[in-house]
Amino acid sequence: MDEVEKRRTGLRRKAYYVRKIKRATHLLFYKHHRKPGVKGWELRRRLGSDYPKVLGILDSYLEKLDLQVKTVFDEEKPVEKPTVQQLDKARFYITLRGSLTPKETKMMGWRIDDIAGLATAISCIISKKGKAPREEVEALLRNKLPGWRVDINMNRYIRSGYLAEDENKQLYLDWRTCTEIDQKALVDLLLGTES
Amino acid sequence: MVVREYFPEWELPEELCLDAEAIHKLASVIKLQSDWVKHQSTSLYTDPFLLEEKIRRLSKEELANLFLEVWHPIVELEQISSHSLAEAIKYWQSLLPISERWLKTSSLETETGATTREELIKQRILAEKAFSEELEMFWEELKQRVSDAGKIRYWDFVGADTYSETIKRAYMTSFLVTYGYATLEVHRLEEEIFVKPFEKPASIIGKKQLISIPISVSVEEWTKWKRGEQD
Repeated sequence: MDEVEKRRTGLRRKAYYVRKIKRATHLLFYKHHRKPGVKGWELRRRLGSDYPKVLGILDSYLEKLDLQVKTVFDEEKPVEKPTVQQLDKARFYITLRGSLTPKETKMMGWRIDDIAGLATAISCIISKKGKAPREEVEALLRNKLPGWRVDINMNRYIRSGYLAEDENKQLYLDWRTCTEIDQKALVDLLLGTES
Repeated sequence: MVVREYFPEWELPEELCLDAEAIHKLASVIKLQSDWVKHQSTSLYTDPFLLEEKIRRLSKEELANLFLEVWHPIVELEQISSHSLAEAIKYWQSLLPISERWLKTSSLETETGATTREELIKQRILAEKAFSEELEMFWEELKQRVSDAGKIRYWDFVGADTYSETIKRAYMTSFLVTYGYATLEVHRLEEEIFVKPFEKPASIIGKKQLISIPISVSVEEWTKWKRGEQD
């Protein structure tokens, strides 16, 4: 009798989490606002207070598909053991877990020039303590790209949220760079290349 | 150490100040150097020149391949579901043609006509009297109501049967004072304020320092004044 009851409880729990994972998938994959991703407090409201556990299960499920649930905290420094408040303020995204091949990027609408330009702009800004004049970055890009493409590309990076520009024509790293790019790994790879 | 070493040689306090300033400047240089060292020790520190050199030497393909290793793009979908599509069709079918909708919301045509000054006053578009005219009349009233001492208590002058009228009189009084038709005499100890009219409007603006005197004309104050008057 106890065994049957245990199995029933187990099934009920499983069904509960399956429902929650479906809901979390809908929330995270589809764009609800201008920016993609969902805030922690929004997930808490829709999924309940055990949303970090639901996201953990979803993340292990997505691993097979080479995807992951990415958490971006408000704090600049990486957070080891986040508090409930830090999680509520964080933004959650679904990102690629592994990396893309050059062929795949073409299907996403990115030419090799665009990617090389973005890598250059981001690493230049990182090396200048997170802020660099647009002119300086453009000059570096002009080294490899035709002049007419530099401005178009730069505006595209800003529009997509990789870079931000202030009224003094200073460039910063924007929200998408913080979410999608492993900045430390990028710098390490660049410095480690034999040239 | 430095202070202790040179302390016996200081004769004037100015010398101490100068040396203290020099030490302060030295400390700020050390602080800036310490910030720089801290930044250099962070994991993201890179020598800008070294990095620039690396970027210049790498080909576009090499750069793109490097970037692809650290790039994990966000997955974001925008898609309409069959349910929302059905809802949209339902809405579209029930939506009236724009020509009919515009007919409903178009305003009724009204005949144009002439209005009178009295009508405009009634609608509070025009004031009954010009403001300056009204102010002069108010000044005359103040001159008539003052005692032999040439002044009247603020509340005795401003207070009226209704609160709204009291507010209006307080508003006019403030202009009498600002435009130099009258002045306020404040007795702080007795907590009393008097209004004193001038015989001729005095131009005080720009001649001496103007001060603002806040006077509360709340319902409570007015009720208190009314009670006092009735008592």
